[in-house]
Amino acid sequence: MSIKLEHVNYLYSPGTAYERMALKDICLEIQQGEFVGIIGHTGSGKSTLIQHLNGLIRATGGNVYYNGENIYREGYPMRELRSQVGLVFQYPEYQLFEETVLKDVCFGPKNQGLPQEECEKRAREALKLAGLKEKYEQYSPFDLSGGQKRRAAIAGVLAMRPRVLVLDEPTAGLDPKGRDEILDQISYLHREGGLTVILVSHSMEDVARYADRIVVMNGGEILYNGTPKEVFAHYRELEKIGLAAPQVTYIMHDLQEKGMKVRTDVTTVEEAADEIMAALGRGK
Amino acid sequence: MESMVHTENLVFEYEKQDEENHVIGRSRAIDEVNIDIREGQFVAILGHNGSGKSTLAKHLNAILLPTQGTVWVNGQNTRQPEKLWNVRQSAGMVFQNPDNQIIGTVVEEDVGFGPENLGVETDRIWERVEESLRAVGMIEYRYHSPNKLSGGQKQRVAIAGVIAMRPKCIVLDEPTAMLDPVGRREVLRTVEELRRQEKVTVILITHYMEEVIDADRVFVMDHGRVVMEGTPREIFSQVELLKRYRLDVPQVTILADKLRKRGLPIPAGILKKEELVELLCRLN
Repeated sequence: MSIKLEHVNYLYSPGTAYERMALKDICLEIQQGEFVGIIGHTGSGKSTLIQHLNGLIRATGGNVYYNGENIYREGYPMRELRSQVGLVFQYPEYQLFEETVLKDVCFGPKNQGLPQEECEKRAREALKLAGLKEKYEQYSPFDLSGGQKRRAAIAGVLAMRPRVLVLDEPTAGLDPKGRDEILDQISYLHREGGLTVILVSHSMEDVARYADRIVVMNGGEILYNGTPKEVFAHYRELEKIGLAAPQVTYIMHDLQEKGMKVRTDVTTVEEAADEIMAALGRGK
Repeated sequence: MESMVHTENLVFEYEKQDEENHVIGRSRAIDEVNIDIREGQFVAILGHNGSGKSTLAKHLNAILLPTQGTVWVNGQNTRQPEKLWNVRQSAGMVFQNPDNQIIGTVVEEDVGFGPENLGVETDRIWERVEESLRAVGMIEYRYHSPNKLSGGQKQRVAIAGVIAMRPKCIVLDEPTAMLDPVGRREVLRTVEELRRQEKVTVILITHYMEEVIDADRVFVMDHGRVVMEGTPREIFSQVELLKRYRLDVPQVTILADKLRKRGLPIPAGILKKEELVELLCRLN
């Protein structure tokens, strides 16, 4: 079970003055059950890339395989793919439109042609998975808080029972607590539900904390693809392309420069604390 | 120092309406707020989604008028209709989404829109446009189309549009929420420059704790009230309390806090990585 991109190119507005290569020769394989972070500055191709994963954008070159099958072959069940690979867009709460939260979340399964009862069952299940309490089912989506709206929008995708959840900056504009709650919920779905998660983020701290693997996009190409430790070791190169390492990584580099015997491949606060205590001879 | 913004028992209530537009209740978004911001200060306002930050900001240039209490901006009561334009010219606003506040088809036209509306003569408008674009480091883009700019560049254009009106105070409502790390840095550096070079009073509303460590004063809002007020160090010393208000502290502050709890002699309220690195090196 995997998603595989083979030499994918995407040419934007071909034949016009706006023609631009948005993706260049992307080769990427994501296995079922992985938690992958995608980082890159605005315009680096992240959003274009993720829209290839469920066939929303068709590559102008190369192929995309879902579970070994070429999704561009004739007669490929594209609808099925779109429910298996759920895409949560940026600011998804702007796409809520129904009278009640429950109806809104039913929209996906209803489109899958399921009977009303089954739709509601799946919607309720999805709301629970997204961490939205039952009492909100009959609320108008517009009466929810920012964080709750975003949960409702994520539930709308979960109701289609995807195997892969792709999220484009799911925490943009949320307060710190709301951000942690959403990310913890996503992490729970990944851990407990075996869901593959692909997270596009501008927060280096967040991808360092949650992702097993980080893909760095730059100018439509993959610049790095590795564990957080491997990727953030290139912090100077990352800065050149508008990114950075988590703040703790910089602290470790500074400490080492000043003669403290610490590792510099540290990407989370917990690791940093352990490493500093050990270096000071006050290990656990 | 003169008072730039002063509020006395400021209250703002929304009317809740049912589907037939009958008032069914009132909800208090701002609850007895008393703040005083001096000319030339850099003040940050923190608070979770729905805490009343943006509602407060909208009172500072009379987009909203108080339900009770009074707001003075640059000595002018915002409630007096004849002062409206003076108030709006004193306090310029920059919002979260750059795409919603750029209207011109060419960068310089967009920046000229504000002064033109104020009735500034044409020659003077062009002078101001040039000055403002220089101040935000965007002069080389004056003939470009705004929609081809990055998020950070667009926000800088939006800021130029505000400073072209020569405000004494600039209110930024989550100006970096939609930006990548480089965009964020560009905007913050611009704001810092304005403060130092042009002596503009800056009021920054944000969810990013790292952005407020250089502020002169920080206000924390919760349920429409100002619940904490102090220097960044005073505020960020209270990690637990901030968490209760759904906020956070910078990563370096969390790390310092963890190390202190594990027995290292580190004071509360560490804000910069340089401080922590120096302390740790002394312990080494």
